[in-house]
Order: sequence, then C-alpha cells, then structure tokens
Amino acid sequence: MTRRYSAFSLLKEGLAGQTGWAPAWTSPSPKKNYDVIIIGGGGHGLASAYYLAKTHGIGNVAVLEKGWIGGGNTGRNTTVVRSNYYYPESVALYGLSHRLYEGLARELNYNIMLSQRGMINLCHSAIEMEIATRTVNAMQINGIDAELFSAEDVRRVAPIFNFSSQARFPVFGGVWQGRAGTARHDAVAWGYARSASGLGVDIIQNCEVTDFIIEGGCCRGVVTSKGAMRAERIGMAVAGHSSVLAAKAQFRLPINSYALQACVSEPVKPILDTVVASPGTGVYVSQSDKGEMVIGGALDRIPSYGQRGSLPVLEGVIAGLLEMFPVFGQLKLMRQWAGIVDVVPDSSPIIGPSPLPGLFLNCGWGTGGFKAIPAGGTLLAHLLATGKHHDISRPFDLDRFSTGRLIDEAAGSGIAH
Amino acid sequence: MQIFNCPFCGPRAESEFHYGGEAGNLRPDGADVPAEDWANYLYMRANPKGATREVWLHVTCGEFFVMERDSVSHKVHSATAIADTSEAK
Amino acid sequence: MSASRLPSGGSAIDRSRAVSLSFDGREIEAFYGDTIASALLANDVAVVGRSFKYHRPRGIWGAGVEEPNALVDIAGRGPNMRATTEPARPGLIARSVNAAPDALNDTRAFLDRFARFIPAAFYYKTFMWPDWHRFEPRIRAMAGLGKVDPAWKAAKAADRINHHCDVLVVGAGSAGLAAAKLAAQAGKSIMVVDEQSTAGGSLLHRDGEIDGQPGPQWAEETVAALKRDGHQVLTSTTAFGIYDHNLVALNQRHHDGRPDTLWRVRPRQVILATGAIERPLPFANNDLPGIMSADSALVYLRRYGVRVGRRIVIATNNDSAYEVAGALAKAGAEVTLVEMRKGPLPAAPEGVRRLAGRSIVSARGRMRVDGVTLDDGIALPADCVLVSGGATPTIHLYAQAKGRPVWNEARAAFLPGDPVDGITLVGAAMGDTKDGILATWPDARMKGRVWIDYQSDVTAKDVALAARENFVSVEHLKRYTTLGMATDQGKTSNLPGLALMAGITGRSVPETGITTYRPPFTPVPFTSFAGLNGGELMAPVRRLPLETAHRARGAVFQEYGGWLRPAHYGGADAERAIQEEARRARRSVALFDGSTLGKIEVMGPKAAEFVDFIYYNTMSTLKPGRCRYGFMLAESGVVFDDGILVRLDEHRFIVSCSSLHVASVHARLEEWRQDRFGRDAVYIHNATAEMATLTVSGPQSKPLLAALDLGLSLDDRDLPHMAVGEDRFGTDRLRVARVSFTGDRSYELSIRADRAEPLWVRLKEAGKAFDAVTIGLEALMILRAEKGYIVIGKDTDGTTMPHDLGVAGPRIKRQSDYVGRRSLFTEVASKDDRLQLVGLAVAESEPPLPAGSHGVTRDKGMTRSQGFVTSSHMSPTLERPIALGLIERGASRHGEAIDIRHLGTVRRATITPPCAFDPEGERLNA
Repeated sequence: MTRRYSAFSLLKEGLAGQTGWAPAWTSPSPKKNYDVIIIGGGGHGLASAYYLAKTHGIGNVAVLEKGWIGGGNTGRNTTVVRSNYYYPESVALYGLSHRLYEGLARELNYNIMLSQRGMINLCHSAIEMEIATRTVNAMQINGIDAELFSAEDVRRVAPIFNFSSQARFPVFGGVWQGRAGTARHDAVAWGYARSASGLGVDIIQNCEVTDFIIEGGCCRGVVTSKGAMRAERIGMAVAGHSSVLAAKAQFRLPINSYALQACVSEPVKPILDTVVASPGTGVYVSQSDKGEMVIGGALDRIPSYGQRGSLPVLEGVIAGLLEMFPVFGQLKLMRQWAGIVDVVPDSSPIIGPSPLPGLFLNCGWGTGGFKAIPAGGTLLAHLLATGKHHDISRPFDLDRFSTGRLIDEAAGSGIAH
Repeated sequence: MQIFNCPFCGPRAESEFHYGGEAGNLRPDGADVPAEDWANYLYMRANPKGATREVWLHVTCGEFFVMERDSVSHKVHSATAIADTSEAK
Repeated sequence: MSASRLPSGGSAIDRSRAVSLSFDGREIEAFYGDTIASALLANDVAVVGRSFKYHRPRGIWGAGVEEPNALVDIAGRGPNMRATTEPARPGLIARSVNAAPDALNDTRAFLDRFARFIPAAFYYKTFMWPDWHRFEPRIRAMAGLGKVDPAWKAAKAADRINHHCDVLVVGAGSAGLAAAKLAAQAGKSIMVVDEQSTAGGSLLHRDGEIDGQPGPQWAEETVAALKRDGHQVLTSTTAFGIYDHNLVALNQRHHDGRPDTLWRVRPRQVILATGAIERPLPFANNDLPGIMSADSALVYLRRYGVRVGRRIVIATNNDSAYEVAGALAKAGAEVTLVEMRKGPLPAAPEGVRRLAGRSIVSARGRMRVDGVTLDDGIALPADCVLVSGGATPTIHLYAQAKGRPVWNEARAAFLPGDPVDGITLVGAAMGDTKDGILATWPDARMKGRVWIDYQSDVTAKDVALAARENFVSVEHLKRYTTLGMATDQGKTSNLPGLALMAGITGRSVPETGITTYRPPFTPVPFTSFAGLNGGELMAPVRRLPLETAHRARGAVFQEYGGWLRPAHYGGADAERAIQEEARRARRSVALFDGSTLGKIEVMGPKAAEFVDFIYYNTMSTLKPGRCRYGFMLAESGVVFDDGILVRLDEHRFIVSCSSLHVASVHARLEEWRQDRFGRDAVYIHNATAEMATLTVSGPQSKPLLAALDLGLSLDDRDLPHMAVGEDRFGTDRLRVARVSFTGDRSYELSIRADRAEPLWVRLKEAGKAFDAVTIGLEALMILRAEKGYIVIGKDTDGTTMPHDLGVAGPRIKRQSDYVGRRSLFTEVASKDDRLQLVGLAVAESEPPLPAGSHGVTRDKGMTRSQGFVTSSHMSPTLERPIALGLIERGASRHGEAIDIRHLGTVRRATITPPCAFDPEGERLNA
C-alpha cells in the first residue's frame, strides 16, 4: 500500500492505475473507552487529536464528528492565514499558529498549499492611518512582520485596486503582513485527519453527541448516536454549536452564533496576487489557486444556526467588492455558502477548562478560526494531556469574562475577522 | 431577506431591524453584585439552536420589542412590545 | 462537414438578417436569433475550448444553462460566457477559454498524456519539497478559465427591482404556463419567468398539441393573454435563488448591451415548473467533441435549423430520444438508435436503424468523435453521438428553501419530498413523466476513461480513487475530486458521480448523501448584485447645512466619521493653513461649524433620574440653565462617549454626544427608556439634524456676539462659563451655550438648521472687525489637544475607563447606580498598571511624535509596549510639538522620560500632564 505522499508515489501509482493508495483515514467502530474524546471533527478537533498523539504520545483518542470531517466552518472558508494582531497575548497565539502552518505540509506529508503572498488591510483616511500606525508598531514590538504601507506601496501589490479619484474609499495606505496569505482548507482538515488516524486516533464520523455522562460532578464521557463512550478528559471544538453542548453540561458561554457568508466567482486566469481587505466596504478578497475570487464580508447580524445568509448582505458584499475592484464587474458569482460562527464580545477565542470538570473548551473563534487551527489544536491537546493551561492559552480562559481581562482585538483588525 | 413584524409598524424587511440581545437578561443593580453574576449579565448567553426569545429594535420607528422566532428555520412566531412582555409586567 | 445549417427551418432565427461574429479569430456567419453555440454548430465548429486540468478538447454539449463546456470570453463583455445562452451579435469577438493560442491548437494539450500521474487530488500528494511556493506560480498560471480584461468598464449600473405578486411561476413550459393560466383565471396577480429567450420550454422544440393548438402557438397565445391582463412575463430570466420567507431572486438578461437586472420578488406562492435536465451516458471517451445531449440536438434542429451531424448515433435509456432520432432522420441524417433497454419498446421512428438491448462502451476520435463501439463489439462510424441518459428534475429552488428531496428508484432521480410552505412543484420538476427509464449509472468496472464532470475533468476512476482513500460521503467526494464545482455546478455530473460512489461503496444513493443546494442556480453577474450601490451612493456621506457657504469660502473637505466637513479653509499648503487658523483662533476669534454634534433631548417626569443613570457623573444636581461635561459608559465600564449635558429646566435636558455616536447613543437611551424607566417616564427626541451649531471661540468672542444684538445678556454673571441661555436671532429661536472645546472663551449657538445661513453670514460680517477666522476641523483638533481635551476613539480605545482619563470622583463617591458601574470594580478595572491619559513632550526643535508610536520599556530582555501616542501636533500657540497618549501608570509618572518607538526608530519623550496650555483655565473667561 502506498502511504507516503510524494512525486515518486504519484509516479508509482500512476503506473499502477492508482490501485495502491491507502485510505487517508480508517473508519473504525467506536470503542467504549478512550483516554481522550474530542467532540468536533473540524480543523481544530482534528488538529487537537493529532497533537495529542504526536506531541503527547496519547493515541487512544476518539474524534467524534456528527457529519463528515471538515464539513463545518473549516469547509466553508475564505482560508486566510495571518498573524497580524495587536495584543501580545494574541500575537503569541496566532504567531504560534502561523509558524506551525509554515512547516505543516512537510510535517503532515500533505500539501496544504500554504500560499504566503501577503495581505494588505487598507486605510481610507488619515485617522485610519494613525490607527494603522498604532497597530503596526504594536506588531513590530511583538515580533510580527507587519509593515506600514503608503498608497504607492498598495498600488504595487494590488495594481487593479480602485485608485480613481471617484473611488468612495480612497487609499491612504495600509497594514501589510508579507507572511500572510491563504491555505487550502480541505487539505488542512484532511492532512491532520490522516496523520492522526495514522497515529492510532479513531475518527468516528456521523456520530452526534447527544448528552454528557456526568458522575460526581465531573464529565466522564458522552452519549452519542453510536452509543456511549467514556474518557478521562473530553474536549469540545464545535464552533457555532458550542452553546448547544454547553447547555447539555448546564453552563452558558459568552457566545452568539451567526451566519457568515462567503462566495466565489467563476475561475479566471491570475489577476490578483495578494489578499486585500478594506474596512470601508467591510469586504476582503483573494484569488485562489484554482482561479476563483474568494470573497468574504461582515456577518449576517441575525442570530442563526441556519447556515444560510441573506440576499441583502450578499448584495452589500458584492457592491463593496466592485467598489474595490471595478474590473471584477465582468465576473459572475458561481458559488455562495455560509457557516455558523461563534462570536464572542472581545473577538478572542475561549480556550481552557469549562465549568464542568473534565470538559475542556476550544471555541469562540468567530470568523477567524481557520488561521488558528494549528495553535488551537496544540493548546487544546496540551489541556487534554495535562489538565493544565499552556502559557499561550492561559489568557484566553473563560474566566477573563469575570475578571474583566478581555482581549479586545476590535481595534487591531479592521473588519470582522 | 427576512420579514419581521414590528408590533407598531407591521411586517418590514430585516434590514430595518437591529438585534438587541436575548430577552429576559435582567440587570442586577448595585455596586456589590458578585463578579460572577455581573459577568453572566454582561456576557453569558443561552444562544439557543431553535426557539429563541430576543429583543429587537425597529430602527425606522425606534421601538424596541421582543420577538420569538426560530434560529434554525428562521420562522417568526411573535413580536411583542417591550412594555407588554411578561418581564416588564 | 458534419454539423450544418439546413436550408430552411429554425423558429428562433431570422434568416433575413445575417450576423457576422468571430470565434478564435475565425469568421462565423450566423443569423439574428442564433446563440453563439448554434452559430458555431452551423459552421461545424466542433472544438470550442479545453478542459480545466488535462486540456482535452471540448465541444458543445447542450443548448441551455446546464452547459459544462462551451464557455467563451467575449471582448468588452466578460470572461466565461455560456455560448449556449449568449446571443450572436454583429461584430462579437469571442475566444475559447483555457486554450492558447486557440481551442484547436492548445500548447498545453500535452498534459493529457500525463493524466495518469495527475489524477484527482494529486496536488495534495506532492509539491511539498522544498515548498509549495516553488510550484505555485505555474499552477496558478494554468488555473482559471477565462481572462479578466483589465480595461473593462461598466457601461451602466444594473437595475435592481422589487416586486410583489400573488403567484410567481418559475418556468414557462407547458406545466408552468398552464399553472399561470389557471391562477390568472382565479384572479391572482402573476409573474412568470423563464430562462430561455422565448417562453414555451420544451414546447418550442418538441412535437405536441395543447387544447388542439401546436405547442409553440399555444405558448405564444397564453403569454400574450397574460400580458394583456397586466401580468408580468419575463424571458431570459433565471430564478437563481430562494431566500428566507420565500424571497425569490431573479437575474434577467437583456440583449441590448444593458447589464442584467436583479429582481427581488416576494410572492405569496411560488410554483416551480423548472423542468428537468438531460443526463449524459457513461462510456470511455464520452467527453469527445461531437458527443452531445440528444434533447439539445432537437433544440438546434427545430429552433436554429442546425443539424448537428450527418452520421448520427443516438444512445438512450428512455423514450425521449426517439423523437430526436426521427426528426434528425427526416432532416437527412443517417441515424442509428442504440436503445439500452430490453423488453417491450416503443416503435422505432421512420428512417432510423435501431439496435436494442445494447450500449456504447467507448467512443473514438482525436479532436472530435468519429465512431463508437458497442458492448457486443459492433463498431459504428459517427460524426456525432447523441446521448440521453434520462432527465434529472430541477428541484434546486425547492431544496434551497429547505425542502428535503427523496430518492425515487423507479425514476432514478431525487424528487421533491415533503412540501415546503408556499412552494408547489409541477410538471417534469415533479418527476412527472410517462417515460420508462433504465438507470444507467457509471460503473467502476467500465474500461477506459469514463468522464463524469467534463469541465473539472473528473472520471469514474477518480471517483473510485476517492472511495479507495475513504472520501466516501458526497461532500468529501465533491471536494476531493472537484466534481460539481465548476461553473455548471454539477448539473449533469452530480447525480452520476453520486450514483457511482454509491455503487462502489455498496450503499444506496440516498445513503451516500445529497449535496446541499445553494443559490445561485446558475452564475449571476456581480453587477446584478451591486446595482447602483457604488461610488457616491455607497454609504453616502452626510452633509452640513452650510456646505455651500463653506465651499464658497474655499473649504477643503474631508470625510470624518461619515460626515463631509471642512478640514481647513483655502491655502495651497494645508499644513501652513491649519497652523495659521489655530494661531489666529487664539489671538482673536474663530468661527467654526459644529453642526454634526449630537443633540438628543431627554425630557419627562423622570428625566433627572434618567440622566443620572445614563451618565457616569451625577447630573441631577445640575441647575437649570447650566451645563456639565460627562462620560457615558458602556455596561463594560468603557467610556463610550463624552459630551456636555445641558439642563434647560427641571424636566428637560439636552445630551450632546460626539458626531460619530449619535445613532448608537440614541438607541441606547431609547432602550433604557423602554426597557427600564417606562415610556411615560421620559421621552427622547433626536434633534441632531434639526439644529445647526455654530461656535464662536476666542478672546474676542464676547464683543463679536455683542455686535450681533442678540438681546440676551452676555455679562459673565448672567452667562458664566458652562451656562446656557435662550434668545432670538431675528425671528428664530437661538440657544447660546457657553461651553468650550478650545480652552478659550467660547459660545455655541444652536439654531434651526435651515435658518443657519443668515446667522453664519452675520457672524462672518461682524467678525471682520475683530479679525475673525473661520477654522476647520484640523485646526480645532490642535486647539483641543493643547488643552488635553480628549476625542473618544482617538485618545481612548475599547478598554479605556473613566478613571484612566483622570476622572475618578464618581467611581469613588457615587452611591446611586449608573450604566457600567459594576464593571469599574472588576479585577482588571482595579489594576494599578492601566493605560492612563498623559501628555508627551519632546524638545522644541524636534518634529512631533508620530500618532500611533508606542511608549516602550525593556522587560526581561524583551521590548514591551507601555501604551501609545494618540494625538500629536505642532502647536502654533506654544511653538513646539505637543502630544497626548495612553501610557501605563502615566498619571503617576509626570516628569519621567520614556522611550517612544516608531517603526523601529526610538526617541526620547517626557511624560507630562495632558493639558499643555493654560492649565488654570484662565482663558475660558478671558
């Protein structure tokens, strides 16, 4: 069986009619007992399982996914990877993730197509440039490769942007991160799944958690559509459904779930070489390696688990896109989708023990969970392996809402990230 | 484009409305409210999947009201002026 | 020659009007009414493009929106246009996509020879060493279909139209028109839409009579009758999406160069008569140009007078292809019908040779098909192969509306399941057909390369590979192979792919899953969504009542928080002009238009209690006729807004808030009013837009106002600082508040916005004697910075609390509750290392510190930020730079030096109190 991926294996299997490829992951029947159970088979859940096995040597792990792995927010993504954040705590978190992304393809033996062609967050006024200056300086002090771009610099990286004198949002400059870019979302999920499965993790799909097994005030396991399972520690990485599971464990979270839309145009030959975000329009766009323009904007501001967005929000996003790139007016909308994002008041994630002992949280990523998958996985794995916080996850504990120690990145990033 | 029923103006497009939070989140008054309770009021939410009870503002007329709807199907069940809700009474 | 235009026939074309267009540089003769596709077929153009990955030649497959292959770039119009729905226009220049130099001679055609080494998902298995960036540019250059024309300009904005009606009928075929007719007879208001350019659906190309009339005629008359009765019938219009509460979105194409129109329709009831889409048949090399949908061939024959071949093989698993066979035979083609079913069959049409119980196993040809081989070994020459694999009911809108499709084994299709409120399906979309069908899905055992998705280049072997690697759900199958993700969104490929996966994994089709249906049904131009929303009309700026006067005075405008306001007046050198304005303001008197300032009236029996609750500061002790500066906090304790509260009398207050926050402050006030105090306890009125506020500030402000003869006493005993009086300017009510944002003696005059101009003019006239200067916002910002007066959102951020700004009194002293109070005593609110408002000074000779630079310190060998510079200016008053900032423990560090870092460069500054000028405040009464 061909397990290892490489140009050579493609050559070999090409000659063998593709018959020797091993399954990317197994489809085991669930066991009754595990060391650790992770609820949620998206990027974060799968990454957590991988790091548990790889870094902590704990392979007796189950990842329970109610649908098909990578089918939630991970599969409905605009795939931006960046670490240009303001507060040192955030920098530590997203910086870790960014660095892990940079080595991930080789580590997982899976081409995640990390494309670091940079990202520019535009400024449309002198005041915005002042805020950008504040942001860039904070980032540079914290060791992030952020640069303050002038309007000329922006023109260099995005020549087809609307620089006309009629533009509604004139370009004054922006915040640039050269190492930012995109990655293939499915590959990230599948890459982690394959490696985790290879290390002995059971990935159980079509398995919905319906309740927790609580004994002596502690979480001892879960009840699922495929039976009950027990474990020492249980992690939750279910994004927009976090409140639903929290309710089963009798606690609440500072989360509101909303639909976040994204869409793609038909594929065209390369014309946009970087990720461009405008706070004026609230829209950001990049061109995928398949040629499609991948477009994202602000949330649909009606609490929803419906995974579908409204037409007026879509119209606003596309209008914003055309204001930024008038030449895209010749393109068509090909596909559109929405996920369920778990929005937290300070737009920072919640990582740490839940109020129910034995149950650990990884949620609250809102619209920005994709870039944090490697870090979220690392940090949740650490919690599940040791029962304690990693230094980097400590500030993101749920208790920050009681102490008031919010990490409010709203100043730091412009649009809903 | 969803249609919501402002109790005062009737059915209007969703773009005329602004979400005002979960209904029933009563403010604990006083300077010595326990930190936990204050955090619950400020931040903790039920965020239900399914039947919800929410405060909404009809921006056009400025009136706040409580709407019962479903966060999955987006069906709207009822809309009641704040003064007429059980919490108010 | 194989495909050709017949000498007569074709209901859609006008043979008296010739049209000439070009494709890949070749001249194409056509007629008015042709589509680009029918024109190409009439000229026997077989190869119209190249497939996405392997660059295999692609020919026209169908005649409608489900077309996977015939995409062209049209000069001046755009890339990736469907040749099957784009009209042939005179002078149109079309180029094939994904081919260079053209479709026939593509330099990347060699890729197909390496196909076995680049199967589905191959790119995940390689390109890791040294890293993806090495390979990415080449892969990107090969990806994409058409080209964006960087010189393209929108001719005109698209229209977006809202429409209400009783019944929306989607699809004007026999079922749809019949339903519309019935509903109209019942007195309902109707809208009918159809994506073809003429209503009638399959009536236009299939034999049939309705009510004794030939199909096309019945359709024409039904449509005419509907229009006569005032109902809407839109053709070339696709209903592409259905949204919550049954809003249906339509994209209407025009044939006169106008951009497509977006319709938003809110019907009480939706009738989906959306028909069905013909499926291909699986066999080796079934992607060769010249292999087409059988039904489409009939469309080309009857609508466009084009016979798609001379020696035609038609393979079918259902009855519908029989009519096609017969018609083509009558049109002079040599037709062989390969009937896949056994058992009792309909009669073979005249002139058609039928081979029953057989199927095609492979097609032959290099750039186009030249023959097929059957399962019994027979080889048939053919210059065109038509396939009819059955029809998949078009249930997209039903499924978008959360309808649950149900698998029907007998029909080999997903049919609508439980009804959805307000939506009915009729006709072929219901699976309503008398046709008997044999399911003929692709099978993993088929030999050769059997194509499933023509555009994405997905074969049956790719599906088998996906299964082998455990990508067995329909979601994983789609993403792994990219099946169904091309511009046709899998209309002809989703179901065969799904059925194949089901077969391979030993599951039923429904067990394997069904893809989620989402809008848009077919690609919709971006311009349709954007409409007029762009340029000036996007988030339009708000304008001052006195804008014209300011422009006449030479104001240079900037956008501030959504308002268009004078930044400064005149002068080629902006920096110099602003400094001069600020200098003169302190010397004599300045005139400033502050009309954007929020003015929200709060009145009622509980108004005093109300303002005590809303503000951080105690306000109920304010005397009538007096003003007080205060903060409004968010419940998190963060300073949300600041401003003056004016008390007019016991039960009337005016909340002034910063321009940026007027709407949100108003909403907050209303919420507390309705949800805590009671509707009769207090009333709120947002008078911001009703009143203009003109500021007169400076040592000469009092004499200037005295010259206006306002009637009210300007004596400092009658109108001290922070007091308010009312009087008149002519016949207009005028409120005069002595408040200051400059630190100088200052008066804010509020008058009805539409009466502001005479007052402004009078002020300027009278001001001449006092050397008055009109100042813009930039100069004002300097003046207030010299005094250490904050601007919310600039000198505060999302964490700043009132005690950080030096206002600690209420936090310590107030007994009554107010918004945000409890949050001022959390752990973090009580920390001793919070960022606090300070001034920052540098040497006179140095340039000002950049706003946004950070105060830094070194901590355990690491540089750490201790805060940042929030405002920074050259002060003309002090003739040195001044700055404000938020610095850790700043209030207790006055006099200390601090390192300030900006983009790597470090300078030294001194921490000072925020107020740099006249700290005693003497100039307020000067």
